[in-house]
Parts: sequence; C-alpha cells; structure tokens
Amino acid sequence: MTNVTPEGAGDPGRFTCSRCQVPLVMGKVEASYLDHAFPVELPVCPKCGFVYISEALARGKMLKVEQALEDK
Amino acid sequence: MDGEHVKTWEARCIEEQPPACTAACPLHVDGRAMLGKLATGDFSAAFALYARMVPFPAIISHICDHPCETACRRAELGGSLRIRALERALVEESYATLRRSAQRNRKPKRVAVIGGGLAGLTAAFDLAMKGHAITVFESEGRLLDRLHTDYDDSLLPASAIAADLGQLASLGVDVRLLSRVVAGDGPLGLDFLIDSFDALLLALGRGPRPHLGGSLDLDADSHVVVDAASGATSHPKVFAALVHDRPTAGGEHPPYSPVGSMYDGRRAAVSVDRFLQGVSLVAGRSDAGAAASCLYVNLDRHAPEPAVVPRDGAAGYTPDEAMAEAGRCLPCECKECVRACEYLKHYGGYPKRYIREIYNNDGIVMGNRKSNRMIDSCTLCGQCGEICPNDLAMGDVCLEARQSMVRQGKMPPSHHDFALADMEVSRSAAAAIARHAPGTTASAYLFFPGCQLTASSPAAVEAIYAHLRQRLPGGVGLFVDCCGAPAQWSGRVDMHAAILDRLRDSWRDLGSPVVITACSSCLKGFEAALPEFQTRSLWTVLADVGLPDGARAALPGPFALHDPCSGRKHGDVQRAVRDLAGRLGAEVRELPGGADLTPCCGFGGLAEFVNPEVTDKIVVRRAGEDAADYLTYCAMCRDNFARAGKRALHLLDLVFPAGDDPAGRRDPGFSGRRTNRLRFKIDMMRKLWGIDMDEPQVGLELVIADDVRADMERKLILVPDVEAVIASSEASGEHVEDGVTGHRIASYRTGHFTCWVEYEPAGSAYIVHRAYGHRMQVRVLP
Repeated sequence: MTNVTPEGAGDPGRFTCSRCQVPLVMGKVEASYLDHAFPVELPVCPKCGFVYISEALARGKMLKVEQALEDK
Repeated sequence: MDGEHVKTWEARCIEEQPPACTAACPLHVDGRAMLGKLATGDFSAAFALYARMVPFPAIISHICDHPCETACRRAELGGSLRIRALERALVEESYATLRRSAQRNRKPKRVAVIGGGLAGLTAAFDLAMKGHAITVFESEGRLLDRLHTDYDDSLLPASAIAADLGQLASLGVDVRLLSRVVAGDGPLGLDFLIDSFDALLLALGRGPRPHLGGSLDLDADSHVVVDAASGATSHPKVFAALVHDRPTAGGEHPPYSPVGSMYDGRRAAVSVDRFLQGVSLVAGRSDAGAAASCLYVNLDRHAPEPAVVPRDGAAGYTPDEAMAEAGRCLPCECKECVRACEYLKHYGGYPKRYIREIYNNDGIVMGNRKSNRMIDSCTLCGQCGEICPNDLAMGDVCLEARQSMVRQGKMPPSHHDFALADMEVSRSAAAAIARHAPGTTASAYLFFPGCQLTASSPAAVEAIYAHLRQRLPGGVGLFVDCCGAPAQWSGRVDMHAAILDRLRDSWRDLGSPVVITACSSCLKGFEAALPEFQTRSLWTVLADVGLPDGARAALPGPFALHDPCSGRKHGDVQRAVRDLAGRLGAEVRELPGGADLTPCCGFGGLAEFVNPEVTDKIVVRRAGEDAADYLTYCAMCRDNFARAGKRALHLLDLVFPAGDDPAGRRDPGFSGRRTNRLRFKIDMMRKLWGIDMDEPQVGLELVIADDVRADMERKLILVPDVEAVIASSEASGEHVEDGVTGHRIASYRTGHFTCWVEYEPAGSAYIVHRAYGHRMQVRVLP
C-alpha cells in the first residue's frame, strides 16, 4: 500500500466523474444503515450524483457509526 | 438469557472470593489490598484500609492474635506474611493521618453500651460512626481495664491504648466509669436505662451475671439468655454481644482473642442498628466472621521466599523492611483461565465480571449494548473450562448470549455475515458433493473431509479419499459439505438445525453409512447433534487400516504437535495422530499444556471475523511456544499458523506433500480457499464420475500485489468482489478519476456491503491498488 491516500472532503475537485467529465463538489448526501438515516456532506458529481467515499471515511467515522448503530 | 444459568455460572468463578487472610480475620481486614499498597510504599493508603475495618489500630497492631497469618498461603512458600508486624509498621508510620468522622444521622438514637472492654468499645465505635449518641457504662475506673492488666507495657504500651481511646472520644462517645449496671430501676438500674435509652448493648464478657436477673432472663448458670443468631435478650431493647471464648457445649474452652472480642462487639452493634432501623435482625446478614477461603491459588506459580526479619526486633519493621516484607504477598488470586487465554486477558477482567456484563448487555432494551463484541470474540474453545477449578467455560456463556442476541434481533450483522456467506458457498451446488464412490451403488462409509480441508489441501483430500476406497470394504462415498459449525458458533439455532436436517437427509439417501470425518469440529458437532451418523475420525480409521504402503514423512521433524481445540475431548483421536506420525517416522513433541489445554488457533467461534486484534494475539502466542515446525490435523489451525508466519503442516501434508517445502505452504486465504473449494468439485466430478461441470467464467486479469492482497484478506474482501467492482465500473464508466494518481475509483454493492476498488488499467489487465468497503448506504439528497 504505497500509493497516496485519496482524500475527499478536503479537496473534492481532485476527483473527476469519468462519465460526466466534471470535478466532484461537496454536496448533501443521506447516509443510512439499519433504519437510521442522517444527512452528511460528501464529494458528489454535480451532474449524475455519484457519491465518492474515501477509505479514510469508510474505515474511520463511517465504520464507527455502523458499529454504534449495530450495538443499539 | 436464562437467569438461573447466569447465577450458576457466576457462582463457579471464585475470583471475587476473599483471600485466605481476609476470610480468616473476623473483622475481614483486606490484607491483600493493604499489603499491595504497602509494597508500593503507599503507607497512608495501606493504613486507611487497615483502620477502615479496625477501630483500634494502635492497640490491635500490638496484640492481635493474627489468624490471618495462620491462614496465609505464603506459609508453604517461605513462611506466612508477618501481617501484624506490618500493621504495626503502618501505625508507626501513618497513625497521624487517621481522620474519622461519623455519619450525619438525621434521627440519632441514644444507645447505652454496658461494658468498656474491646467488645463494648468496638460496638460503641461502630454505632457512633453511624451517627448515634452513645454512652458507655464501665464498672472499673478505666476503659479497657483487661488490656492494662493482661499485657505488659512492653507488649502493649499505654500510649497505644491512650491514642485509640482519644480517637474514640473524638467521636463524642460519652463514658461513665465506676458505673456498675445492675437489675432494677435505680440510677444505674437496667430498667431505668431501658426507659432512658432507645437500645442497650451488653458487652460483659463470658462470666455469669446474676446481678442482671430480674430485669433479664438468665439461664440456670446465671448467664443472660441470648439468641445465638441475633444477640437478642428477653427484653426487645436489650442486646448482648455473643462471646467468642465462651465454653462450648462440648466443654471446650476457646482461647481469648482480641480481634475475636472486637468481632463480638461488631456483631452485636449490627443487631442494635437493625433494631433501631426497624428491620429484620437476621435476614441477609453478612457478618459471619472468620471462615475458610475458597479462592483457588496456584502456588506452583510462585517461588519460595523467606520472611524479612527486622534488624531491630523490638522496634519492628523499618519502612523499607515493611515494604520488602509486604512485597512477598503473592497476592492470592485465581485468574488461571485469564493467564492462559488472550481473549479473557484482553478485556482486563475475569469471568465473573464478564458474565455479569454479558447478562446486563442481554437485558438492555434502550441504549448501547457495549458487550456485543466481547461476547462474539470468544473462540468457544473450552480451554478455560479445563483450567477452571470449577469447570466454568466462558464459551458456554458466550454461546447462550449469542443465541439470545439472534433471538432478539440484536446480533450485529457485520460480525458473522461474511462467515455465514462463506458457509453458504461451501453448501451450494457449486461446492457440495454427496455420492457413492464411482462405479458403486452403496456405501458402507461416507468420507466427510470438511469444508476447510478441501479448501486448504484439495489434492491431499483427493489422495486420502482414494486410499480409503482402497482399504475399506463396502464402498466409501464422498460427502463434501459444511457441518454447520459456523451457524452454531454464531448463535443461529434455526439455521443450524436446517443445516443438520439437510445433512441427515443426504446421509439417509446414501444408505446411512458410517461417517468418517477429517475435521475435529465436524466430529464434535456430529457426535453432539447427529449421533445416528456413528461418526469416526479419519485418524482413528487410518490407525486401523494403515497408511498408504511405504508412506514416509516428507520431513523428519522434529515437529511440535498442536491439537485442535475442538478435539480436546477425543483422547482416541489424539493417540491415533501420534501413532500415525510415529509410523511415518516423524519426530513429534508436545506443546505446553498438551492436548488437554490446547488453545484455539483463532478461527473457533468465528472470533477472527469479529475481533482480529484478539485472535492475532491468540495465534501469535501459540506460534511462539516452540521453535519447531508445527504439526496439526486441522486445516484452519494450519492455515492460521501459516498466516501468522509460523511454519506448519497438516498431517496429510506429511503423507501427501504438496511442493518441496510443505511446512512453508502459504495460507490460501479466504479467496484461495473459496477458489479451491469450487475447483475441487469440478475436478472430482470429472475425474471420479466423468461428469463435466461448467467451468467458472474466465474473469478479468487482475494484478494484485502481496501487500494489497493481505490487506484485502484482513478486510474480508475477496478477489471476486474486486473483480465485480472493476467489471461493473468498466462496463458502465461509473467511477471517479483521481487527478493526482490517475487511478480509477469505483464501487459495487452486493448484499449489505459496498465494495470500493482503486485501480488502473494496464494493457489488458488491471492493477488493483486498494480495496475497502462499508455497510452504510448513501444517496444524494435532491
């Protein structure tokens, strides 16, 4: 794992939606798990709505929230 | 969970039982904690623990008859701790720190204590600390008269008595000297005092008291009649201290004990306090006095060490000497299971505490179930049950808790989803086989290799199956399936039952043959749930029918033999394995604890899917117990050792070696195991039965570096998952491109899991740079 950790929230414009050929922007997204849903801001494609989730987010805060909801 | 089960389990863990010194002391001084503080030089904390239980520390530290020292477990290892001398050192060093303040009592009662000896003054102290107003009536001209007359000043200096009495006076206890209480209603008459006080407590020692007759009932010997359970007399407001040194009915004369006297007074004070509160005098009392301790202590763990002798015997221990002597405290504790098990150690407690946490977790309706992961991290291996002096196995507790979690719909989906999905693949038509041997229509035996052996060593399974067909009469069918252990371990009772039903049906369809299994978990599971299988172990069968002619170990050894935890109770299998290794010419030695105390490799109970941090510790610890290559007869144990970097062989690797260095065979990982399982069926069907199955579609050409592959394994992401993401991304064009690295990043959701892959095309192939995932779903809000 020598490659650079992709970051999202700090610099969404670093990523381009390949289909729409536009840079991602921060947009409102609903995250949901086990009958709980909450709004978050994540990098999205302003045209097609593709949501990008970085590994740092998936393995960090997202995982913590998933585990907390599973223990409810 | 069943509350009665929980109570029984809790009672079997004796870790919270008091150590021998505390149990033997009528006042239950916590010697272990006190010496622990003292050993670290915290004299004031140690003294506070002493003075919390002992009202008169200066006096008692000089004259205590120290039953604690008689009971001390160090006695067998260099001599008992010299606890009284240490208490005296504490008094010398820290008496000035003693601060006592009575409880504020909104409705203080007036209590008369008749008798100013150790018993009476202990009762006066205890009741004063509870905020009551105490008056002590003493017939002599001074308190503790007996101590002045019985003990020489060199044994008990008058200054020590004066210091402790000063502390008592500071609590506001009123003392009337030269005040002999008699029957009747005079100024010192018992009847008058009964009218004037809320309660009376007699602490007059063991002699007859004819002068109290008339106000209280006396027996034929003029002793006050006292209820042995509560200290109640014939008058409801009057209680008497039961006397520890009163002659017994058998005519024995117990010796006088200063600490015993204090206990007499303390017990009477409890009765008076209960009377004043209007509660039962006897219900739920926990002041039973001295007793034997049932705390198990493994003395073999400690080296003998002689007692520290003070340089100046008369002056007692110096602070340094006291610390050194206190350092000899073992301390008494059991925790035998915790020492042996990385799982039990990981959570910082011991079974009794864990059981309580697990039971509390089970009852939570609203709020966080904080023990879910702890419950699912146990490997259910049973080692603790073997070690425990009371046979308590945490696996029993955790399994019942898991079943309850599943019933309540509270089992975290992420804990077992992967393992159960993997199990379903093993059970699917793509992997499972249930057939008579080629060219036969009946089977006397049915070989059940187990889903993990076919996944780890498919060639060895093929070879040993051929050998069994050759040696066993009556036909040997092949039964490739999963025994359902993952369903059972994960608490899925209904799922497990359905799996067993299907296995039973397949077995009946094949004519109910004797089942031969290579896997200890399958053997254990079938014996418990499918006794009609009459299951035999492959290893005992091979011991009977012999190995292939001329079979010699691929390597001579020496090997350290690791027995799988699920075969702990199968002594016949353990003996057969050792016998077979010997016949192969392999030199084998035992690992610590032998077969009885063998730990899990980390796979058991599905713990490694829930808490790899714990199971890594388990396998690393086991792998480090012997430098030799490990020999085992469980495919998962072998693969887990290999993953931890430990050279390891399955017994079949010795007979049918794959490659030049069978002990260096790598862990196939979850991806490799799945591929092998599917490949095994395709190959067997073609080779043995001439049936061609559909070959798996040729997928994308993926380039995955070893470190990326290992990272995927840790995250439970399989190569086919990654392939699905890239295939979908390339077909739809749905991915982002990282402007810095030029890599494509795409996702694909299957079931409850979204898998992300960062990759780049390289000619006709794709280089995978990383994979990760999450369970949460996301969608853009309009």
